[in-house]
Formats: sequence, C-alpha cells, structure tokens
Amino acid sequence: MSSLKEKNNELSTTARTIRRHIVEMTAEAGSGHPGGSLSCSDILTALYFNVLRVDPKRPAWSERDRFILSKGHAAPALYAVLAEKGYFPKEELMKLRKTGAMLQGHPDMKGTPGLDMTTGSLGQGLSAANGMALAGKLDKKDYRVYVLLGDGETEEGQVWEAAMASAHYKLDNLTAFVDHNGLQIDGPITQVMSPEKIQDKFKAFGWHVIDIDGHDFNQILEAVEEAKNTKDKPTVIVAKTVKGKGVPFMENIVDWHGKAPSKEQAEEALKAL
Amino acid sequence: MPKVATREAYGQALAELGEEIKDIVVLDADLSKSTKTSVFAKKFPERFFNMGIAEQNLMGTAAGLATCGKIPFASTFAIFAAGRAFEQVRNSICYPQLNVKIAATHAGITVGEDGATHQSIEDIALMRAIPHMTVINPADAEEAKQAVRAAALHKGPVYLRFGRHPVETIFDENYKFEIGKGVILKEGKDVAIIATGVMVGEALKAAKILAGEGINAMVVNISTIKPIDKEVILKAAGCGAIVTAEEHNIIGGLGSAVAEVLAEEKPTPIKRIGIADEFGQSGNPDELLKIYHLTAEDIAKAAKKIIKIKTRS
Repeated sequence: MSSLKEKNNELSTTARTIRRHIVEMTAEAGSGHPGGSLSCSDILTALYFNVLRVDPKRPAWSERDRFILSKGHAAPALYAVLAEKGYFPKEELMKLRKTGAMLQGHPDMKGTPGLDMTTGSLGQGLSAANGMALAGKLDKKDYRVYVLLGDGETEEGQVWEAAMASAHYKLDNLTAFVDHNGLQIDGPITQVMSPEKIQDKFKAFGWHVIDIDGHDFNQILEAVEEAKNTKDKPTVIVAKTVKGKGVPFMENIVDWHGKAPSKEQAEEALKAL
Repeated sequence: MPKVATREAYGQALAELGEEIKDIVVLDADLSKSTKTSVFAKKFPERFFNMGIAEQNLMGTAAGLATCGKIPFASTFAIFAAGRAFEQVRNSICYPQLNVKIAATHAGITVGEDGATHQSIEDIALMRAIPHMTVINPADAEEAKQAVRAAALHKGPVYLRFGRHPVETIFDENYKFEIGKGVILKEGKDVAIIATGVMVGEALKAAKILAGEGINAMVVNISTIKPIDKEVILKAAGCGAIVTAEEHNIIGGLGSAVAEVLAEEKPTPIKRIGIADEFGQSGNPDELLKIYHLTAEDIAKAAKKIIKIKTRS
C-alpha cells in the first residue's frame, strides 16, 4: 500500500499548491470566490492529476474525458489546476479578472484552453454534461464526463430537470460531484433554502449515490472507481467539504464566499498552507 | 397554392437534412407532434432526444451536444425557447458561441385559441439582443425549408422562428434563401413595405390594394432579422417612406431593427405595424390578425399616412 500512500502524498502536495494559487490570485485580483474554490480543491486535484484522461497539449482532443465546473465561481481552483497541468502559463493566474485577461471571473471556454464548458450562471452545468454524455453514447466513445456542482446550486430547478434526464437516459458515463460545504452567500444552506437531503433527492431521481469526505483522496478516488463500475445509471458523489479549507481564518466562514483576501491576509493564509 | 405552416416545413426539412448531415441531432420538450420534429424522430430515433417538459435543460443539453461536434436542433414553442430558457440560451449557448439551432414554433399571435400565455410576441426582441445570435423568421414554407438548411450549415447559434398557422405561399423552389439577405419582392417608388414572417403575404396584398389607388409600393421580405440587411433597407428608404410589418410586439422586433438602421444611416419616416405593446387573447388566428391590426388593410392605411410626411430623397 505504500504506492497508495505516495500517491496521496503527491496529491496533497499538489492540492496545497492549488490552494496557494487560489489565495494569491484572488488577493491579486482583489475579488473572486476563495471559500468555494478552496472547498473543491482536493476534488479537482484528484480528478486532473489522477483520474481524467486529458492531454494539455491537445485541449480539444475528441477522446478526452470532460470536466464541467458547474459552480463556475470556483474558477480560481479550476484555473490553478489547469495551469499546474500545463494548459497555459502560470503567469496567467495573476491576471485573473483583469481586463484583457484569458482568465475571466467565471469560466469562458472560448478564451481558456482546457475548459470544456462556459459556466457561472448556476444550475446549467449538469445539463451540458448530459449533452456531452449523450454525444459520447451516440458516438460509442468511451470518454467519461465529470461535473462539479455546489450544494447551494442544487436549489436551482434546472439541476433537477437535468438530474431527471441523466437517469432517464441511463448516463452511466456521467459522474457528478456535489461540493457539500454547507454554506451559500446568505448563510448556511439549511437556513437559506435547504436542498437537504441532497443524497435522498438524487437517489429519488434514479442516481447511484456515494457519500464521501471530499478532502480524503482515498475516498475521492474510490468513489470515482465505484462510479465507473456502476452501470445503467449516473453516479453522484456527495462530498462533505469545508468552505475555505486549509486557511484557518476562512474555514466555515460564510463571509469568505465572495471576498478576496487583502495582501496581509493572503500572507497569513500562505503561511498556514 | 395551398397554405402551409412554416412548422410543417421545419419538420420536413429536418427529416431530409438528417439523411445528409449525420451530425444533426434533434431535441424536443414533449411537443414533437406540434413542432413536427416527430417526423425526424421516426426516421432517426437514435438521434432524437425527448427532454420532456424541461426547457432549460433542453437548451443546456443542446449546448453540451454541440461541444462534441453535434448540430443540435432544440425545438419547442417560441414562448418557452426564447422566454423560459432565455438565460440558458444566453449563457450556455450564445456566450460560448455553440453551434445550437433553436427552432421555435408557434410564434406570434396566430397560435390563436391557446391565448396570451402561448402567444410569443417578444421573442424576436429577446433573441436579437443576445450577442452572436442569428435570428431568422421565414415568410413561407419554402423559405422555412431553405432556412433550416442554411441554419444547419451556418456555424454558430441560430434562432429560427416558425408559425403554427398555415400561411400563403410566397416562394417557389427557384428561390435562394441566404442568411442576412433581404429580398425585394416587388419594386416600387412611392412607399416601401418591409415585412417579416406571416406578414409578408399581407404586405404583398397591401401593395395590391395601394396599386388600386395609384400608389406604387415596394415590398421587401426581411427573414433574417439579425444580422439585418442594411443594404436592402437603404434601398427601400429610397422610396422616402417606410412601413414595417411583423407579427410581434412593435417594440424590439423588425420595426425597431429597421428604425435603428434608418436613424443612423438615412433618417426616413417610418410607421410600424405590429402588436401595439399589449397581450393577445384567445381566438381564431385570422380574427386575431384583424383585431390586432395586422392585416393588408392596416398596412395599406399606414402606407397612405406615412406617404404624407415623406421626405424628398
């Protein structure tokens, strides 16, 4: 099992780099969404560095696995992962949200290599994932489609229109993650407009549901394997996460949803990471 | 010639094109018998996806299919395509410039008896306002058929507007539809009538009425409302007075688009025929056209009025 341990160590190291990028780039941009970017960093790291069949030299390779960040405001996490993976120079990260920059506030597939879908308006990613999964089935291709939703995002009706369709079309080449950090802009999701229990709702819509700790690489990777082996239905991995994960003064604090750290706060955060 | 609804032409064109262009896939939202995509569904069941009564997901799924090289025709009633799923069309389709064709049937007041909730009279305005969107409103079945083909071959998002109600035949198979090109159907010099969709037939009738009174009217068909054919509008402006006619709210549709061109390039008196910024009601389509002043007589009346304040060119 030492190789598993090594893999975990490697992923942890990469995830730390991703978190440092998130803090640095949002501080430099002066705006953005660090909380929800940090909460999904481990999932994105595991996907891009251990799961997805992708080739940064060929971003439009037709056989590639697809990934859609439905909660588009977590763009800094995705941008950091794509830059680390080699899709574009890391210097671009520090131009986030600036005029003329490649990296828009929310993902724009036309401008950034490696993005499979434009997202940012909540609730739309799973539908696009359905389209990609349907195309894969139609063309008898073996690529898989991954999509990451926010837990608050599941309050959008379109998510359930899409969930119904994924199950109806038996899209077992589709795996959804829910980044379940429990907080949305106005407070805890259970207080604002509870979508709980998210697991039960997906189950009722005909999905295979897996519950994991979204910061445990073993659990993330095992769940992905289980999803791959699940036939005739889509799988959702509901990942319990911590908003602001890794930065003590941000963890579980609602306020860090859409606020950038100051230069001083960024320094403090980087020390902790 | 028998009257044919443009939605009928849509269904036939799809089924024919499906043979030729293998990347075409069709999505519907539980209205395939009405939108006529059922013809395609029967012929190519594996390339037809019924998304059920869920238009937002319909648009998003079409977007996802387009990223994988498919040419999706997302079909539903205009009110749901342009209205309910507006933001999905904007953010998931037009912003990333995905190759999705939105086929919106049952547009306008001639849906008839279903009443105001189903009479989309704002869709041209909504779709025209989204960057990258091409908006096509064919005048008859032949033009509709050709527009479907042109849309399939065009790279990028297209909004196709079709009607439920059978309309007069304007074009024969010798006609060549081209995206972005307006067509002068009748030359004239006293006034120009620029019409779109079902109003083109009325415009031609209006020209006849006017001819009976010694007025020589030009008639122009604008089927592509965006990008609009400035050249043909400026030619029409040569008449010194313009009437626009559309089965749409007078705000934001063809009349507005024509007025924008004229105001910037060649200020010309203009009278817009359209629904006067009000909701429709249930009724027989032909009766509704009369009640809401969308007939050849209404156009002719407007033409005579506008001629009086004509500019000398």
